[in-house]
Amino acid sequence: MNEPVTTLQGTAALAAMFEGAKAHDRAAFLPYFPIGYPTYDDSLAAIEAMAAEGVDGFEIGIPFSDPLADGPTIQAATQVALENGITVRRCLEAVRTLRARGVRQPMLLMGYLNPILAYGVEAYVRDAHAAGADGLIVPDLPPEEAAQVKSACEKVGLALVFLLAPTSTEARIKLVTAQATGFVYLVSVMGTTGARDHLPETLPGFVARVRAQTDKPLVLGFGIGRPEQARQAGELVDGFIVGSALVREGAHGAEAVRALAASLRRALD
Amino acid sequence: MSDHSMPAQVPDARGYYGEYGGRFVPETLMPALDELTESFQSALADPDFMGRYEHLQATYVGRPTPITYAAQLSKTLGGAQIYLKREDLAHTGAHKINNALGQALLAERMGKRRVIAETGAGQHGVASATAAALLGLDCHVYMGSVDIARQRPNVFRMKLLGAEVIPVESGSKTLKDAINEAIRDWVANVEDTFYLLGSALGPHPYPLIVRTFQSVIGIEARQQMLDEVGQLPDVCIACVGGGSNAIGLFHAFRDDDAVDLIGVEAGGLGIPSGEHAARFADPNLGRPGVLHGTRSFVLQDADGQIRETHSVSAGLDYASVGPEHAYLRDMERAFYTTATDEEALAAFQTLCRQEGIIPALESSHAVAEAIKRAPTMPKDAIILVNLSGRGDKDLDTVIHEIGEDA
Repeated sequence: MNEPVTTLQGTAALAAMFEGAKAHDRAAFLPYFPIGYPTYDDSLAAIEAMAAEGVDGFEIGIPFSDPLADGPTIQAATQVALENGITVRRCLEAVRTLRARGVRQPMLLMGYLNPILAYGVEAYVRDAHAAGADGLIVPDLPPEEAAQVKSACEKVGLALVFLLAPTSTEARIKLVTAQATGFVYLVSVMGTTGARDHLPETLPGFVARVRAQTDKPLVLGFGIGRPEQARQAGELVDGFIVGSALVREGAHGAEAVRALAASLRRALD
Repeated sequence: MSDHSMPAQVPDARGYYGEYGGRFVPETLMPALDELTESFQSALADPDFMGRYEHLQATYVGRPTPITYAAQLSKTLGGAQIYLKREDLAHTGAHKINNALGQALLAERMGKRRVIAETGAGQHGVASATAAALLGLDCHVYMGSVDIARQRPNVFRMKLLGAEVIPVESGSKTLKDAINEAIRDWVANVEDTFYLLGSALGPHPYPLIVRTFQSVIGIEARQQMLDEVGQLPDVCIACVGGGSNAIGLFHAFRDDDAVDLIGVEAGGLGIPSGEHAARFADPNLGRPGVLHGTRSFVLQDADGQIRETHSVSAGLDYASVGPEHAYLRDMERAFYTTATDEEALAAFQTLCRQEGIIPALESSHAVAEAIKRAPTMPKDAIILVNLSGRGDKDLDTVIHEIGEDA
């Protein structure tokens, strides 16, 4: 089901991912899962199980004490991860281990800025690349503040994904789409992460406003948790992210995560 | 205050104070911060807006607040003469109303009828609830459940004033977590909601807005010193949590090179214990970082996770500090020291008995520094302490700490 991307890394691997999905006339599905929830080993098992189901890429969550863009589900899960002693170093080790175990899909590290600053921006990007990651998503880093992270990413070819929201003005859409590499992350709803009953009716209009300004792949996140929503998202954009709904299954073990990921993946065929 | 309300050299257009400040927030909020910046600048330039603010400051808040000569305390200590800037006499009992009123007027001007606020000690929550009641705005205050337990009188005051108090159970259940929840609320409701942020921190333009509305403290105090004492103080002292009362006092004195500016952080159980909120004083835990949208000094572990803090005073119990304080410290224009819980509690009792003033536990940290410093200074030297709030709200805490037989 997956296109072979073993020799590609960073923005090139992401480009191949979107091409591969497009060749099958479907959107790419990128699950989010935090390292260390409910345990370190369980989180790796969940990610491996989803990889085997043929998901297209991963958003690998790095826990932070103050995740202000996240809703209750991911807040609670990443808090457990911190209590399990998960550090940035341990998350990079997880990526390396997943690669060694044969996970080939692109992996983006999703984590807040302060732990990256504490690790050192240059060192973080270098070590993320060496571990086998393909890109970074930093929810509290708008392009205006990103010069150092961006130049570090460019040096090694890691994608640096920026976000757009329904509130983004035309000027900001222009700025963010120009600066983002890999893809542009569209936040579907006003609010924090977490599955919603319905995607907002204004979503097609928002996607169209962004599409009018860029040819870069658009990936939708926040609020998606059910197969029909995955199908709906897949018709609007090039990819979508599911987080909280999978994390909630994580409490019941890797098999439960795999089952939901499989149903979301199948919804696209 | 219109003459003084424009920023001096900092911040720059991107909200930077040297290398501190900026805007590190989710994209959803970026357009709102642009809109806020524009509205704030147009309000400052609007004589009607500033006139209304100043009128309410005079007729509702009770400004100017006086300066009081602490005669007995000065005599007992035997050194410098101590003056108190009496923000405890402002309506609602603390300096917080200066900013809450200004921002509430701004919310009204922007057509946002729903305001949200965070609070630690409850003073900013009370001030926000008060300003919202005055202007007919709908007010929701996020407060950590630990702080709710230790500041019960303020919780009841907020409710009486018509505000909804929302307990925050995440993280350390204190001010840091209340700010997280307020930001999450704002992200979800940004189109009709104004975030009334209470200290000189957060993403640009908040540190500038808060400084502007709080700078009345220093502007008044400086003139009062000249008019009533005939000279400027040698030292200005203020406690520093987020740092709004301190920046409000310091700003008017920034060009008076002979005036030392001293900020006092919460030393908690002592720096070696790690149980404190002294961002500048603990080189192991306090380093530049990003929290709540701004780059400043942040108490954090080696992995960049934010530390839980400790202080007997809820209002100082916070892991970061306003970015302008980090800048003033780097520039050596201001100096920062600490007072422990024990020193603050002792200063609290001293001021009660010697001057008949019950200070807030936050302000007691500044008083503690004056008590340490005055005996080392000559009798003709002058210390000006910002008495940022009154201590009625802290009586439960003090009874718990020192017993009923104070």
